[in-house]
Amino acid sequence: MDELLREYLPIIIFLGLAVALGLVFLVAAWVLAVRRPDAEKISAYECGFNAFDDARMKFDVRFYLVSILFIIFDLEIAFLFPWAAAFGGLSDVAFWSMMVFLGVLTVGFAYEWKKGALEWE
Amino acid sequence: MNSDFALVVPEILMAAGAMLLLMVGAYGGEERQRNLITWASAGLMALVAAIVATRGGAEATAFGGAFVDDGFARFTKVLILTSSALMLVIGKEYLERRGILRFEYPILIVLATLGMMMMVSSGGLIALYMGLELQSLSLYVVAAFNRDSARSTEAGLKYFVLGALSSGMLLYGASLVYGYSGSTSFSAIAEVIADDGVSLGLTFGLVFICAGLAFKISAVPFHMWTPDVYEGAPTPVTAFFATAPKVAAGALFARALYDGFGNAVADWQQILVFISIASMFLGSIAAIGQSNLKRLLAYSSIGHMGFALVGLAAGTQAGAESLLTYLVIYVIMNIGTFAFILSMERDGKPVVQISDLAGLAETRPAQALALGVLMFSLAGIPPMVGFFAKFFVFKAAVDAGLAPLAVAGAVASVIGAYYYLNIVRVMYLSQAERPLEIRTNLIGQGALGLSALVMAAGWLPIFDGFGLPEMAAAAAQSLLR
Amino acid sequence: MGLTQLAFYVFAAVAVGSGVLVILARNPVHSVLWLILAFFSSAGLMVLLGAEFIAMLLVIVYVGAVAVLFLFVVMMLDVDFAELKRGLADYLPVGALVGLVLLVELSLVLGHWALAGAAPESREAVFAIEEGVANTPALGAILYDKYLYMFQAAGLILLVAMIGAIVLTLRHRPNVKRQDVLTQIYRGRDVELKDVEPGQGV
Repeated sequence: MDELLREYLPIIIFLGLAVALGLVFLVAAWVLAVRRPDAEKISAYECGFNAFDDARMKFDVRFYLVSILFIIFDLEIAFLFPWAAAFGGLSDVAFWSMMVFLGVLTVGFAYEWKKGALEWE
Repeated sequence: MNSDFALVVPEILMAAGAMLLLMVGAYGGEERQRNLITWASAGLMALVAAIVATRGGAEATAFGGAFVDDGFARFTKVLILTSSALMLVIGKEYLERRGILRFEYPILIVLATLGMMMMVSSGGLIALYMGLELQSLSLYVVAAFNRDSARSTEAGLKYFVLGALSSGMLLYGASLVYGYSGSTSFSAIAEVIADDGVSLGLTFGLVFICAGLAFKISAVPFHMWTPDVYEGAPTPVTAFFATAPKVAAGALFARALYDGFGNAVADWQQILVFISIASMFLGSIAAIGQSNLKRLLAYSSIGHMGFALVGLAAGTQAGAESLLTYLVIYVIMNIGTFAFILSMERDGKPVVQISDLAGLAETRPAQALALGVLMFSLAGIPPMVGFFAKFFVFKAAVDAGLAPLAVAGAVASVIGAYYYLNIVRVMYLSQAERPLEIRTNLIGQGALGLSALVMAAGWLPIFDGFGLPEMAAAAAQSLLR
Repeated sequence: MGLTQLAFYVFAAVAVGSGVLVILARNPVHSVLWLILAFFSSAGLMVLLGAEFIAMLLVIVYVGAVAVLFLFVVMMLDVDFAELKRGLADYLPVGALVGLVLLVELSLVLGHWALAGAAPESREAVFAIEEGVANTPALGAILYDKYLYMFQAAGLILLVAMIGAIVLTLRHRPNVKRQDVLTQIYRGRDVELKDVEPGQGV
């Protein structure tokens, strides 16, 4: 257990350094920088024009469809990692079990493809 | 391993069938295949129901105890499969005429039904959760199936958000139970409780699991989603929600409590007594002010689940038996009632207000009579079969020493009778400016007529003659270790 | 206090703190960023528990995909979030009360921490972790046959998610010209070249 955690020690140190360094920059900017804001300076800059309206607008739902399909296949791949890592010692059942799993998702993929969900018109 | 697979043949058939139909639908041209796929899905479910029904044998488990095949599972599976298939067939024409039937609909129903089969067969907390999620995810989608309607989308979204919350509670409870008992399988949990009693941590886990399951069965105080979802979802979807998922959730409740916590009846009995009393009264009282028939039936289903849970609260074999009997009768009544609601329209548009029923007795005496019988039965007025359903759960409660619960149930059912009888009053005593049109199709009218006939024929000839009590008793016995 | 304990408390504090900020942040995009921090800290906690695979999944799936999806949703909804948040002050007392009650109850559980006698052994009995076997292969060794039933159920759930996402969101617009690869490939040699005079068209 401790051995396992020792492997992560460099990452912890790295994280600590990153946080510390980030904080130093923020604090330094806050303490050292000269700040003299006025209305013109802090207003949004849009090629010399005044901002027309709110930057937030509705995205097309197709973005959402693409990302949710991405998540589904991402999860499928997550199941592949332990399978691949243990591949040498897998039983036949385990091997075919993954094949069936992939088959189910291939059915889903074929459905998506035919439906045109992967096309961007 | 091979015997394991032999045990789950019905589930494999459902999954393979759903995928095959998905491919047929995607590659066969949607327009032409819609009808075929709907009928094939219903046929598949009927076939699987027949397979399950003809299977016998003692209790068997597969996949290390994750899957249980016993009398209880088979009984509820047959009920779930037949009611899903019937609702699919009855609702088909409605969806088709309104242009919202797409070939994914029957496939999602098949997958939801598969989830329900996994739920009632679960032998542990993980299998329970996987089945529940498969069912719920499909149900969220079909609730929002009419995506051009704001109400349907709202129904789907509400159902999803609250459903995800309840799944979270269920999972949290399951993790506590696992932490304190050391196992996720029901038999191991039962052993731990038999050896060491119920520790405080286990009680917490049990409470959270009960909360999650109470949400799925829409029992008070986790019922808030029901009226909105019932009202917003397309009517055939509502009809489906009112039947098979209720059976599955009720059976899952029984499975988790009897199988896993059967040695700790005292710990969950109070919870169930509370939620059943609250559901019965809220279902009866809140329904009075409703003018929309679908909303009214949502409250009615909350109330009926309260009555069904009375049987479960008894914690005895007779209790489980009466729960199963109740679910069978409840499903039959709902099939008839929703078959009628699906046929209501005016100027080609569906209507669902109670006031639309005015004067039905004059224009359509046969349908009015059938609906009247169903309302009397839902209210639990003898000699309709609905009365016997209530009678058995109350009897089980009294025998288990819960007489006050039975009394409360009787009071609630008297209050609830008001709004069922109000519908009969509107049909027979009010005059309509314009009569309601009934779209008659053979399947819907057949379902309405048959279900009314069954309810009116009384307990003895149909149910007793058919052997329902014996089957329910055998199923309940297999649930009890 | 060892480094492990220190790391635990840091990760736990960051997870709770960023969880609170998810709710309190004014800008919904900031909420999602705090959520990502919460996921990262939970991944750290998972590592401390020895569940490396879960930790990496948290980073890959939750940070890499789910949080990005959340960002999409936040940007996609044209909702005035300030308006939505206005109810916060009204519901805060009730919510805080419920939270407090839950906290007290749960600390009661902690106070009476009583595992069933057989709990540790029965947990070990599921799968004895051999020394020197890494977390991921150990999972792989049991996930696909011992837990085959649940694994296949997970596949079906993913299938339903796919069907659901397409059923609810996919819309084909009419009159959009699409590329049809097969038609292009199977195009014959019957192509005719025409000289088109400028300004006259075909």
